[in-house]
Amino acid sequence: MLIFSGLMLLIILIMQPLNIWHHGENIAVLFPKGLIGVEERNLLLIVQALMLVIIIPVYILTFVFSWVYRADNPKDKYDPDLVDNFFAECVWWGLPIVMVAIVSVLTWVKTYELDPFKPIESKNKEIKIQVVALQWRWLFIYPEEKVASLNFLQIPKDTPIRLEITADAPMNSLWIPQLGGQIYAMPNMKTELNLIANEEGDFRGSSANISGEGFSGMTFITKATSKEEYDKWIALAKQSSKTLENKSYQALALPSMNRETEIFQLEEPNLFNKILNKYMQME
Amino acid sequence: MFGRLTTDAFKHEASQNAAVFGMIVTGIALIFLITYFKRWKWLYHEWLTTVDPKRIGIMYIVVVLVMFLKGFADAMMIRLQQVLSVGDSQGFLSAGHFQEVFSAHGTTMIFFVAMGAIFGLMNLIIPLQIGARDVAFPFVNALGFWLFAAAAALNLVSLAIGSFARAGWLAYPPLSSLQYSPNEGVDYWIWIVQIAGIGSTLSGINFLVTILKMRCPGMTLMKMPIFVWSCLCSTVLIILAFPILTATLFMLAFDRSLSMHFFTTDGGGNYMMYVNLIWAWGHPEVYILILPMFGVFSEIVPTFSEKRLFGYASMVFALIFITFISFIVWLHHFFTMGASPFVNAFFGIMTIIIAIPTGVKIFNWLFTKFRGRVHFTSPMLWFFAFLLNFTVAGMTGILLSVPPIDFQVHNSLFLIAHFHGMVIGGVLFGFFAAFTYWFPKFTGYVLNEKLNTAAFWCWLGGFLLAFMPLYMLGFMGATRRLDHYEADTGWHSLFIIVAIGAVILFCGALIQFFGLFWTIFDRKAHLDQTSGDPWNGRTLEWSTASPPPVYNFATIPVVATRDPLWTLKHAEEDPQEPEYEDIYLPKNTAVPICMGFLSLIFGFATVWHIWWLGALSFIAILLCLIIRLSGKDEHILITAKEVEKIETSLKNKRALNASYHLT
Amino acid sequence: MHHTTSHENHALHDFREESFSNTIFGFWLYLMTDCLLFATLFCTFAVLHSQTANGPTSVQIFDLKLVFTETLILLLSSFTSGLALLASLKNKKSQMFLWLGLSFILGAMFVSIELFEFNSLIFEGASFQRSAFLSSYFTLVGTHGLHVSFGLLFLAVLIVQLIVCGITVETFRRLVLFNMFWHFLDLVWIFIFTFVYLMGVV
Repeated sequence: MLIFSGLMLLIILIMQPLNIWHHGENIAVLFPKGLIGVEERNLLLIVQALMLVIIIPVYILTFVFSWVYRADNPKDKYDPDLVDNFFAECVWWGLPIVMVAIVSVLTWVKTYELDPFKPIESKNKEIKIQVVALQWRWLFIYPEEKVASLNFLQIPKDTPIRLEITADAPMNSLWIPQLGGQIYAMPNMKTELNLIANEEGDFRGSSANISGEGFSGMTFITKATSKEEYDKWIALAKQSSKTLENKSYQALALPSMNRETEIFQLEEPNLFNKILNKYMQME
Repeated sequence: MFGRLTTDAFKHEASQNAAVFGMIVTGIALIFLITYFKRWKWLYHEWLTTVDPKRIGIMYIVVVLVMFLKGFADAMMIRLQQVLSVGDSQGFLSAGHFQEVFSAHGTTMIFFVAMGAIFGLMNLIIPLQIGARDVAFPFVNALGFWLFAAAAALNLVSLAIGSFARAGWLAYPPLSSLQYSPNEGVDYWIWIVQIAGIGSTLSGINFLVTILKMRCPGMTLMKMPIFVWSCLCSTVLIILAFPILTATLFMLAFDRSLSMHFFTTDGGGNYMMYVNLIWAWGHPEVYILILPMFGVFSEIVPTFSEKRLFGYASMVFALIFITFISFIVWLHHFFTMGASPFVNAFFGIMTIIIAIPTGVKIFNWLFTKFRGRVHFTSPMLWFFAFLLNFTVAGMTGILLSVPPIDFQVHNSLFLIAHFHGMVIGGVLFGFFAAFTYWFPKFTGYVLNEKLNTAAFWCWLGGFLLAFMPLYMLGFMGATRRLDHYEADTGWHSLFIIVAIGAVILFCGALIQFFGLFWTIFDRKAHLDQTSGDPWNGRTLEWSTASPPPVYNFATIPVVATRDPLWTLKHAEEDPQEPEYEDIYLPKNTAVPICMGFLSLIFGFATVWHIWWLGALSFIAILLCLIIRLSGKDEHILITAKEVEKIETSLKNKRALNASYHLT
Repeated sequence: MHHTTSHENHALHDFREESFSNTIFGFWLYLMTDCLLFATLFCTFAVLHSQTANGPTSVQIFDLKLVFTETLILLLSSFTSGLALLASLKNKKSQMFLWLGLSFILGAMFVSIELFEFNSLIFEGASFQRSAFLSSYFTLVGTHGLHVSFGLLFLAVLIVQLIVCGITVETFRRLVLFNMFWHFLDLVWIFIFTFVYLMGVV
């Protein structure tokens, strides 16, 4: 029994590096392309390593004790009234407390460091992009560049991106795992996500919170390019035949599972705030 | 006249129609069988109107097994859809239907399988382990069961009439508000959970009083079996947490039925408040589920290591510590909702702290085995499976409690893998262990060991295959609850492996069901040939016959130590001849099942806005209560002579069983 | 039926005594759960009380005179129910019925005033559908009023039982439980009076 279960565990254990080798870069959280994602991944690995210090002995003890003390062929003496041991209790209260203290300090420091609302320091000036989760698409508004994009996000590399996020839909969650963690997109509320792409590429983004029938289709590509490419794309968007203001926004906000990307000229610079305060204006 | 109920409510997709057809056929077959064997009177007198917790416990388990099948079917559908629905294929479930399936899966498993399992165990085991004849409030206990059963019935009705919620097992607004979920689905969910929740609260009160007030003489709190301690802590959590759920569900119901503005997007509503409230209940809830299972293992490991539990006081302290801390961790369920780093870090650290007592318990169990004699019978196999699967899930829980890590894996399949590890590895395996351990006590038969072992392998291996790859999928950006994904994500191969694991789990469940039937079918070979103590037990329940007589103990035991039966077995004096006395037990009553049935009607009527029916059934419930509370305390009397007769016949039966063993 | 000997009487007596103290304890626990239910509603009110959606505010709609009257009535009702319990302990039946009757009338007055208050608010356009503040106000105060109404039903049934069966082990126990319930509702009302009404007009 012990051998078989040990084998099962071993197989699962081997599957992990095999998976990593096979899927490689597809494993967004482990192979991030931006500073925030990298920090978060490193924290994951450190805490994981700390936990293994406790977990591995537990597994070893599980197997060893099951083997040594099995009733049909025990390998050690029988002591039916051995019910406590002060030293043992000290060890297994003490070690976890120490471990927890270390992880707690790490948690405190890193939670402040990696607060999604915290701007990223960089020699490059940050770009502000306003995001609206719709049913069931993502609208990206570039207020300073006066353009907007549906289901597609283009950013220059090595530039801090400050995403201001709201929703005209049920609670969603904006997640681009290759760049960093997620944050909820909620009606009437504005959240912020500060990200940066340190490599060029196409990164998959999606909604990570169920928001209705078309929720699984709420994917978009985040394209990180050179500054020149990005400027070219902005220029292209500024010449778009489609415009985005109140009326065209109302049409856009209707429930739709259309996956097409579109770009707009932004004719209502205050659109995001209007959407944010939509329900307050109704009263 | 019928509210918003129309014939449209009866039209479903093919798979749902099949399920409904199956339910109806099963129902008709049952009615036919009961009529054919002329068992209606027996059913009514022995089961439907009983207040005997041993019977009520068995009824809980029956409902649990039925709902387990339903929840499992939901799970298979989810995994099948996710294997098929890649790229251009859309699978076999529409998006909306898929969302109903996973919402039903979670609701069924948590509220009916897990909660039912722990209440079933409490009913069966607690009175026996504390040397009591009954629970504190037999009527309330029975009512708690029938409300639970009514909610389960409403859950099944929602499959047949109308559709279920599509907003997940916790139905967050604004998605669950009238604005985005106008139809009856979320209302079904509200009333199913509300009725079950009220049942849980009542049962919780009952068992808390039972444990605190009805222990036999000499059994101080620090001499109770750890299972009883764990149930004590669990009932404290139930009493403190469930009212939050009750209030929150009412507020959501008011939003939807009376157009109020608690959690709406307009009118000043605050849906983030719902998230806070529901998890203020939700986190204690998961501890309500796991603590009794920790208690189960604390009974099983000493028995099958032939050794006392290591570190009793430490275990008790750990239980109490967990109980308190479980109320200050709830925000870790929504680190990504945008709270300040101070708030996030505080709750993260609190969550990590709660891992300490759980780890301590694992060490205590391991060191119970140290220098013991370990027997790997079925219950111990399930403990082993628990250690392997629960521990890794606990570890990933620590990862999830660090907010910046959680930002990357929240709501992904990584989260799914973690909590299924806790619920399957902890709660379900604990239940399987308890089921195999205590089955002989309540039936007089031991479950087939070979089939149990086969089931164990399926569950251990199937679980690893079905849930370990999910961690990797979460890292690959796979969100939970997706009914479709693109081919270039690279997730497909892992989803296939996961589905294979699910099939293996299903085989395990099938083997268990078959094992149950086989044990009953081939009863003679599975007879418990000891005098009701097949495992050489240490606690009081093993001193009774299998099944125990209705009064549990002819004379109330007097204890002086922990593991009182162990002490008795190794005592030097011979046990004295018992002096029998008259025993009063509460009378059967039809009021709980009536109130349960009326609650079903009430829930259904409210869901479909059939206001006149809702009002009528509510008034009828009140009338039932008034009738019940207007009577005198009724009881049945078993005279000392009758007790003596029963005890003598039980003794003879045990001698007969033992003699089978010798031939 | 079965004749009980003194030995059997003893067992029955033990059985009843045990169930009496257990019932009181169990009812306390139920009251604790009710307390938490109200606590949840209070928390919700605390979060939502400023969300008036450009509609009526607490300053505009609360009539402290009426609320003060309600408070006095409820407190008095609690007092008379306590007197009823004392009377029953001394087996003074007619006094007991007097105080119980008064408790009922006072309780009914409380509920009537509250219904009148709610009704006029709805007529003025300050209904529970208007804003989050009003939803949470109506629900919190209304839930208390609903509890009082159920208490009145409890009391009415109890009075009938006392008339029909007199003061027995069961009816006395129910009288104690009623008192616990009634005083508990008083306590909740004090909180409502303070945190909803008084703080609402400041």
